[in-house]
Amino acid sequence: MSTTTRTGSDVSTSNNAVLQGAGKVVGFVDQRIAANNWLKRNLRKIFPDHWSFLLGEIALYSLILVLLSGVFLTLWFKPSMAHIIYDGAYVPMRGIGMSEAYASTLQISFEVRGGLLMRQIHHWGTLIFIAAMSVHMLRIFFTGAYRKPRELNWVIGLLLLTLGITNGFTGYSLPDDLLSGTGLRIIEAGILAIPVVGTYVSYFLFGGEYPGEDIISRFYAIHILLVPGLIIALVTVHLMLVWYQKHTQWAGAGKTEKNVVGYPFFPIYVAKAGGFTFIVFGFIVLMSALIQVNPLWFYGPYDPSQVTAGVQPDWYVGFLDGALRVMPPWEFTIFGYHVTPSVLLPAVILPGVLLTLLALYPWIEQRITGDRREHHILERPRNVPVRTGLGVAFIVFYILLWIAGGNDFFATTLHIPVNWVSRFLQVSLIVMPPLAFWITKRICLGLQRRDRDKVLHGMESGVIMVSPEGEFTERHSPLSAAQAYALTAHERPQVHEAGAPTDANGIPNPNYKHDRRRARISRFYFGDVIPKPTREELEHGHHGHAELEAHSGSDATSDQH
Amino acid sequence: MTTSKSEEMSYPVDHPEHAGELEHRAPAGDPIPDPGLHDPGPRYTDVNPQAQKRADRQVAGMFGLASILIIASIVAYVAFEIETPEGVPNVGEVQVSNFALGMTLGLALLLIGLGAVQWARTLMTSPEFAENRKPLVSSDEVRQATLESFNTGAEETQFGRRKLIRNSLLGAMALLPLPAIVLLRDLGPLPGDTKENTVWAEGVRLLTDVTYQPIRPAQLELGQLVNVMPATYRDLPDHGPAKINERAKSPVMLIRMLPEELSPFDDRENWHVDGIIAYSKICTHAGCPISLYERTTHHMLCPCHQSTFDLADNGKVVFGPATRPLPQLPLAVDNEGYLVAQSDFTEPVGPSYWERGTR
Repeated sequence: MSTTTRTGSDVSTSNNAVLQGAGKVVGFVDQRIAANNWLKRNLRKIFPDHWSFLLGEIALYSLILVLLSGVFLTLWFKPSMAHIIYDGAYVPMRGIGMSEAYASTLQISFEVRGGLLMRQIHHWGTLIFIAAMSVHMLRIFFTGAYRKPRELNWVIGLLLLTLGITNGFTGYSLPDDLLSGTGLRIIEAGILAIPVVGTYVSYFLFGGEYPGEDIISRFYAIHILLVPGLIIALVTVHLMLVWYQKHTQWAGAGKTEKNVVGYPFFPIYVAKAGGFTFIVFGFIVLMSALIQVNPLWFYGPYDPSQVTAGVQPDWYVGFLDGALRVMPPWEFTIFGYHVTPSVLLPAVILPGVLLTLLALYPWIEQRITGDRREHHILERPRNVPVRTGLGVAFIVFYILLWIAGGNDFFATTLHIPVNWVSRFLQVSLIVMPPLAFWITKRICLGLQRRDRDKVLHGMESGVIMVSPEGEFTERHSPLSAAQAYALTAHERPQVHEAGAPTDANGIPNPNYKHDRRRARISRFYFGDVIPKPTREELEHGHHGHAELEAHSGSDATSDQH
Repeated sequence: MTTSKSEEMSYPVDHPEHAGELEHRAPAGDPIPDPGLHDPGPRYTDVNPQAQKRADRQVAGMFGLASILIIASIVAYVAFEIETPEGVPNVGEVQVSNFALGMTLGLALLLIGLGAVQWARTLMTSPEFAENRKPLVSSDEVRQATLESFNTGAEETQFGRRKLIRNSLLGAMALLPLPAIVLLRDLGPLPGDTKENTVWAEGVRLLTDVTYQPIRPAQLELGQLVNVMPATYRDLPDHGPAKINERAKSPVMLIRMLPEELSPFDDRENWHVDGIIAYSKICTHAGCPISLYERTTHHMLCPCHQSTFDLADNGKVVFGPATRPLPQLPLAVDNEGYLVAQSDFTEPVGPSYWERGTR
């Protein structure tokens, strides 16, 4: 344990009514479950600080706000598809036939004060919840935070993202307006495309033919009970694991695989995380006050025979809709039965494959690297170029599908035929991800070289010097010891070398083929990584001018490379 | 500064004989030794009483302002009524109420949060700590003891020897999920032939959608498109799912073009009436109702996924992910001169499904 002290105003611990009250409560609980044993260990638990650690917090706090606003909405919402004639406060819809679900959504919007605000909070909160989970997951991926011992939390996080998207979609469907009904119909087509059981699944889900009169009440149960229950349970486990395993941290002076450096949970993170909760709440409420979302009174009640142009789903479904749009028209029959890859691939197989690959990635990487040790220090994305490249290739693939989900928008905005947009995207989806992988890997290697140069020769100071011979050189100022350490704290990856096919006595190695394959994959993963300088190189690089640590008198260490 | 520096320095530093061994891949302090935790020194508010007082006032000010805004939100709730006189849409009133409530509440929440964070950043005196991690794997002794406890328990059940008990229990547990599945059977009826049939039939009149008027061929102008529903649809009960289900299957688009523009299949020569031709409105890709018609090319575009169909050429797919042409409704004229269907659709409408070709 090391401490750095700060002088501050005196903190009075006794004679304070609030603290005494808290003490009484703790005393009551302690006498029943010995809570102090746990509190003693955990009140001052250390958490590291970094902006990227806030992404998951945004997801957590927006989830809380979504749950709170959702409870408010249930007080008025009627999950019924019973047909009624509207006679509520929204005059343009009076006399129009609609479902009770849609009518009660209009009621929440137009007859309940704060109802529209709560609807918009619920919608914006969900959009931010899913966005925050996604970005949080990218952070985890690119920094290798999913490595042992955190593989379980990676999988739980992926499940949470899936459940979040599921619940976003079921919630989108509940108001039974024209847009949500259209989305539902596309889901029905996806279900129908499942071989053998698709038609039956659809009839069981919708209570018969599409759309039937059951789906809203069934989605309601899923949306407010089943999925939120699972989400709350998994979030709890997720946080317990973070708490128990302790947070990862960035490499830096004083930070090792065996410690965690930061500030105590109480009071710093009670105040910071508690405060951040309110900041996220405030941000979402302000968005809901200022930016309209899902104005479903413009769309009208669901009518299966109508649709509006420019239909767009919520952002997190966009990539699936895009995949549906750019898929070639493939359909074939076996023994008279229809299989429709045109819908099956983008709507069912694509998300399934993506989720499976993501879930297995920690173990795939373990197989490639052979690294089964615990890791608590995060990796800089540049230091693992292949992983970073794969991640960026995935992002590019996802964004292209997302663009495809708005191909009509791009066509009308750019004044080109929508067919061109689709064709361009079909080609891009195959060509761009590998290209993105290659470019990203190159950039990472470039950044690694730059790090190496910085450690060996110092930072470019911008000061140009002229030698007596008239030669211009830039003076390099050395890094501080802490900076240099942070740049060299990562491991020196070793490429797995396949042994000889036969040993010294000419006896063939039975594992040679497997070994060679492992070596090849290992070379792909680590082969190009720029090694950080060794101590010898470092000493050589400085020509013995000065120790790196002696950065205060920096003139002597200027480098002439 | 007492990080366990000395301990880490004992790792081997880049010895070639260790190459390839994972344990020696992480030589801490290579090539630069860990300088240990850095003391950032006191903050401005730590050394400057004036700054401390300022920060104190800032935090209290934010919390105080939040209280005022919370009261203001209650005032806004009461002040901005959203009921309006009869016959006037109250969208504007709702928007004002939404704005006032959202701004007051949102800013109050934001200020509470910013105040708390500012408090932690500028005034709370907690120093930076390093806490040691515990190994996440249990010790060998504990693992061994756990295994023994389990084995003892398992021994005591005699699970291994009492095969009859074991097998009958496993049997019962294996069967238990079945009722859970069977109980879901009544979620919906079996499909039967419902997907293959609509309420279109021989002699059923085509009615304009919404207004339900029968249509004479002469009423349709060249290039005009009319959405139509079967007359039988109108008689379905308003309550219950029958009507909305039919609404999802039966919608038809009626288009008039020049008879010579049509190139029907041989068996569809008599399906149009003087160039008036009818197709299912339900896209064969994902079931969206199709709606964007381009008169000059006779192309019909689905707004959902941009499948494009040529209505002059038997509804053929000319672009997009749809795999099958739009089903065509054979037309005729009844003895009163109104357009009627010759029969139901000759194939199922809407997206593909497994059993589609088997009936």
